[in-house]
Amino acid sequence: MIGNWRTWILVALGIAVLGAAVYFPILRRRVKTAAKISEPSEEQARRELTQAVTPNPTDPVVKVKMFWISPEDESALAPVIIELALSKDPVLRAKQVLNTLLAGPVDSDLRTLPPDAALLAFYLLPDGTAVADFSEALATSSPSGIQSEQLAVDSIARTLEANVPRVKRLKILIHGQELDTLAGHVDLTQFFIVDTKAAQQGAVSLDMPVNIPVPHVAAANNAATVPAKR
Amino acid sequence: MRISNGRFFFRISLILSAIALLACLPSFVSKAQSPQSAPAGSPAPQQPAAPILTPPYPTIPPPQPQRTGLSIVVLDPAHGGTDPGARGAQGIRESDLVLDLTFQVRRALEAQGFQVLQTRSRNENPSFDDRSTLANAQYGAVFISLHVSSTGLPGTVRVYNMPDTFAAVATGGVMAWDRAQAPYVTLSRKFGDAVQGQLAQRFKGSPNNSQSATIRQLRTTAAPAIAVELASVSVQDRADLDRMMPGVGDAIARGVAEFRPSYVVPGTLGTHP
Repeated sequence: MIGNWRTWILVALGIAVLGAAVYFPILRRRVKTAAKISEPSEEQARRELTQAVTPNPTDPVVKVKMFWISPEDESALAPVIIELALSKDPVLRAKQVLNTLLAGPVDSDLRTLPPDAALLAFYLLPDGTAVADFSEALATSSPSGIQSEQLAVDSIARTLEANVPRVKRLKILIHGQELDTLAGHVDLTQFFIVDTKAAQQGAVSLDMPVNIPVPHVAAANNAATVPAKR
Repeated sequence: MRISNGRFFFRISLILSAIALLACLPSFVSKAQSPQSAPAGSPAPQQPAAPILTPPYPTIPPPQPQRTGLSIVVLDPAHGGTDPGARGAQGIRESDLVLDLTFQVRRALEAQGFQVLQTRSRNENPSFDDRSTLANAQYGAVFISLHVSSTGLPGTVRVYNMPDTFAAVATGGVMAWDRAQAPYVTLSRKFGDAVQGQLAQRFKGSPNNSQSATIRQLRTTAAPAIAVELASVSVQDRADLDRMMPGVGDAIARGVAEFRPSYVVPGTLGTHP
């Protein structure tokens, strides 16, 4: 009787060891998959947070002018009129038009910005200075060359000029950092003139100091615009 | 024998006077023998052989002779080293192409009598500021940055200079390094138009006038400065670009020669044109 009992215990232990040997690799694979799903990259996390510009149903549908490469001349930009529900808030409005610009035209050969680039943040100061923060793909995926880089920057500036009148000049950041150049040529350390008419009249210049007023605490909490670093 | 007090003091004072006279005699003799001895009534002579000390303030350099026209061309083959620039499907690298192009342009410029300097002559990558430094240290120079694009109509060449909005920031006085190009924007456009005009005659499809672009390399260059960009590394055969190079070199040299009389070199370094 005692011998039988011992045999059964040994058999049960053997089955348990075999089961564990089979199940352990499966469990390990599941843990790895779960870890991948639950840990998005820092950039993905920022995109999810910043890209959520949900259109307000009360926003009026208006005609907006987007600037992509001209079908007739690949060295120039041409305006394309599309209909879009745009916010009246200049920051939201700028985000909406820039996201549309990034999405590109119907003919993908005419796009000015790489398809994997994203707008991470957009700030607007009271003096009309805007700061647009793009993902690293804008620098790493843009074709290198003076013409292509200048067209990329010009398409951003002209699209903002046509649709967000509050923006006077623009600073472009890449992942929150100031880069020397976009892809080796065009200077990103300077501002880009957006309001060309104001610049002709001398009201806006590359050199004018950034005007960052010290806000009251209550006003700062409600402000749509956020002071940005220079 | 007893000496009175008055005689004793008289004798003592005589002896002391004689000693004093003897002590002063050598100095009188040396003054009389000195050739630089000053006449009576003149100020005391200066101490001889004192070293000349450097003044504690910067000295004003002698004015440089006024010259007209430029004599030096600084050629800048862009990229290099770890930065290959634009890359084509056939393994074409912009950094290699522009180095070959530089030698062609150099040959054509030297044939026109210009002195040519290069920001690099092998596969290395000086910083933007180092490249500008070479041009800014010259007197009567122009700067040409050479590029090959990754897009654009193959077989065309475009010339770029800084936009007019950049010129508006020139405030006079001390020239800021990061705005060194500001006083030269108008001249650079004129220079660019001269070179672009020559290129347009040789390469069909190229524009007739130069275009403006905010190029990092040009911003810190204190001289008439342009960037020349060939299109493009997307060609199927590198030989297509190699065939363009002698023509590009010749057109650039002709453009520089055309611009030469327009550039009156300022008389003093740092003076705005």
